[in-house]
Amino acid sequence: MADRYLEPDTPEIRARWGNFAWNPHWAEKARAAIARYPEGRQRSAVMALLDYAQRQVGEETRTQGWLPIPVMEFVARELDMPIIRVVEVATFYTMYNLVPVGRFHVQVCGTTPCMLRGSDDILAACRQRGMAPGHTTDDGLWTLTEVECMGNCASAPMVQINDDNYEDLTAERLDTVLDALARGETPKTGTQEPGRHTVEPLGGPTTLKDMVAENHDYRGEW
Amino acid sequence: MPKVTVDGQELEVPAGATVLQACELAGKEIPRFCYHERLSIAGNCRMCLVEVKPGPPKPQASCALPAAEGQEIRTDSEMVKKAREGVMEFLLINHPLDCPICDQGGECDLQDQAMAYGRGGSRYHENKRAVTEKYMGPLIKTVMTRCIHCTRCVRFSEEIAGVDEIGALYRGENMQISTYLEHAARHEMSANVIDLCPVGALTSRPYAFEARPWELKKTLGIDVSDACGANIRIDSRGREVLRVLPRVNDDVNEEWISDKARYMVDGLTRRRLDKPYLRRDGKLVPVSWTEAFGAIASLNPGSRIAAVAGDLVDCETMFAAKALLGALGSSLLEGRQTGMDYDTSSLAAVNFNTTFAGIETADAILIVGSMVRWEAPLVNVRLRKAVKRGAKVFLVGPEWETTFGGVFLGEDLSVLGNLPEAVTQAFGDARRPAVIVGGAGLGRGGLDASLALAGRFNLVRDLEDCTKWNGFNVLHMAAARMGGLMLGFAQKGGIADLVAAKPKVLIALGADEVDYARFADSMIVYVGHHGDKGAHAADVVLPAAAYTEKAGTYVNTEGRVQMADKAVFAPGDAREDWSILRAMADAFGVSVGFDSFEELRAAMISQVPALGIEGLADYGSDLPAGGGSAAGGIAYPVKDFYMTNPIARASAVMQRCSAELLHGEDFAEAAE
Repeated sequence: MADRYLEPDTPEIRARWGNFAWNPHWAEKARAAIARYPEGRQRSAVMALLDYAQRQVGEETRTQGWLPIPVMEFVARELDMPIIRVVEVATFYTMYNLVPVGRFHVQVCGTTPCMLRGSDDILAACRQRGMAPGHTTDDGLWTLTEVECMGNCASAPMVQINDDNYEDLTAERLDTVLDALARGETPKTGTQEPGRHTVEPLGGPTTLKDMVAENHDYRGEW
Repeated sequence: MPKVTVDGQELEVPAGATVLQACELAGKEIPRFCYHERLSIAGNCRMCLVEVKPGPPKPQASCALPAAEGQEIRTDSEMVKKAREGVMEFLLINHPLDCPICDQGGECDLQDQAMAYGRGGSRYHENKRAVTEKYMGPLIKTVMTRCIHCTRCVRFSEEIAGVDEIGALYRGENMQISTYLEHAARHEMSANVIDLCPVGALTSRPYAFEARPWELKKTLGIDVSDACGANIRIDSRGREVLRVLPRVNDDVNEEWISDKARYMVDGLTRRRLDKPYLRRDGKLVPVSWTEAFGAIASLNPGSRIAAVAGDLVDCETMFAAKALLGALGSSLLEGRQTGMDYDTSSLAAVNFNTTFAGIETADAILIVGSMVRWEAPLVNVRLRKAVKRGAKVFLVGPEWETTFGGVFLGEDLSVLGNLPEAVTQAFGDARRPAVIVGGAGLGRGGLDASLALAGRFNLVRDLEDCTKWNGFNVLHMAAARMGGLMLGFAQKGGIADLVAAKPKVLIALGADEVDYARFADSMIVYVGHHGDKGAHAADVVLPAAAYTEKAGTYVNTEGRVQMADKAVFAPGDAREDWSILRAMADAFGVSVGFDSFEELRAAMISQVPALGIEGLADYGSDLPAGGGSAAGGIAYPVKDFYMTNPIARASAVMQRCSAELLHGEDFAEAAE
């Protein structure tokens, strides 16, 4: 996060994105987002619109998408709000990419539970494939970011790639996922542990065992 | 009216007060960085922690906590002391220890409060955060590593100035204050963030490394850059004025001043007239005072003498000129340099009657021919407050970028006789309607037509709280205007009457906007301080004192009489204006009845008693009926906010502001 910075506002960026406008799909979504708020409060929709804009940029560039300055200005115009307020929001939330990213934005969680469960190996596996934190690979496929907790501690370690989480990873399982993505396939999301569905305890329940069969009332036993 | 106990002292506080305000009422000092009386509450610096019972067993931010009945507040407990030390330690983690090279040193909230409430030493041994400088324009110097993220500057530009251009980017430890893409701050009040900044993150660029606050002599003055009469403090060292800061006056400028008022002072040392000049063979040559007076007296004008007052002169100067002309048997006095000839028989009709504080409470406002942002930035701030309270604003004149919205009705004055339904509706429903006539709206029947509106909409009325409301306002642009009108510096036909009288001698008191070609046959005696347009046209130049170099009385556009002190001496042979006019009386061999400044002021007050009492002069509330029809396109007189008077035109800072902010010239940052 400390590495976040705004992509400079160059003439090339202006030329590429100066005419940014919604395509019909996102225009419809944007209208719906704005309509959620009362008249005069339309700037509440700024986060949704920034997300849609980033997604449309992603579609146009075949990447996860990012927010060039002219696109943020477009959002500010759409909502009739000062551009600096839009930039404040965009720079605050790490989900908005301020610089161009690759086709797949690999966000590796490095917070304590994931670290204890081997996120260092995950990062090493990413490095092995030529990724470096904060950079996009030369083929434009991968961008690596180390992030803080994503709330998947029960199935640590995990990575988030674009909109999907991949959990219970090892270096090999990550490689499988990344290879599948590179081939254009859609690997199974969520836990990669064979036999595990979500974040249920591995090897069966260890607590509240009576709850497995029925809605057991524990209160008498307290 | 909740009753609270502060450190054992019981007191009643106004409803809606915060705990911090309650503590202040009890005479306790609460340290703070983000809290500011005139800005919204942010509550992010945590310095104002106090102990409050009932409540959670932890210190609470007093600035954002409403005072409630029965609260027991402690500001002196061990918990509070420890909390303050802790907050201060956190604030200082990333604050550099560069006070010796920081311009805020000596007037820094962080420095003072670290001394008063901080620990003796630091326990922090890790690396400090460093933040790159952000360019904020020619007036604001930034050292963002020093920023403690109080967001006062962000709130000021959003709430007071009305131009959202400063924001807090990124988050957490990486939060940075910046203008959008580091563009220069582009509004007329931008430099006020320098005063607001509690640390040395935003400091004054022109004043960088000039002086320490304790070296400066502080003189109370009145600003002359517009007709608002902002209260200022003139900080000088030796013979030079180094900076101007606002003083708090809730009735006039609250605690803001415009960038022009603040930064035109470097013009006081440039292009100065420091010796008398006489035109010989078409060229101005330096002469002695005696020669200069001799040349004027030799013309022996008798009563064929006239005087034009400039925009910056004080009442004493104008009165001295009036006394001199009176002794010679002339009353050809005029102050409206550009040829305005509106009727001045009723001063209430050319005065800002609601007062600045009053216009905040207006609920329907019609602005006729005034680009308020440039002509009176402080009034613009008030209008913004009025709109925030729900006032409807309509404007007549070419469109400009307002900071408060408003509906433009058209560029032509004729719309006054044919107001749209929305306006008449709003004024019909309004409890406190107001009309503001600006300089561009006074001519071509605009004043009379506006007065007619005043009658039609019943602008003078008794309010429900039994106070008088006079919603008719004229917004002047010259600091000398209302004083001049009180002293009779107005002819029926304006300056054309002076031209028609064909005076032998025309005394120009710092008048730089007059079309002197019309006075080609007169000897033009320029009494002023800058080598500007007036001095160029003059036959005799008598060097005089600028507003920082003489004591004087000024009347602002509200009719508020205010007195300023002398901060420094005029340069070279320049003298105070009144003494020049007094000496001229000797040269003409007449008596003006005063030999000292005190006698002059006493004579002035005996003639116009209102000038002797600081505060609002009473012009009555009866407005002339007005009438007639106005027509003609409005053209705002101020073409360049930063270049409206000879001092500003001589100022390098103002020149750069004009070039960079208004004319888009690029000034590359010099490598440091």
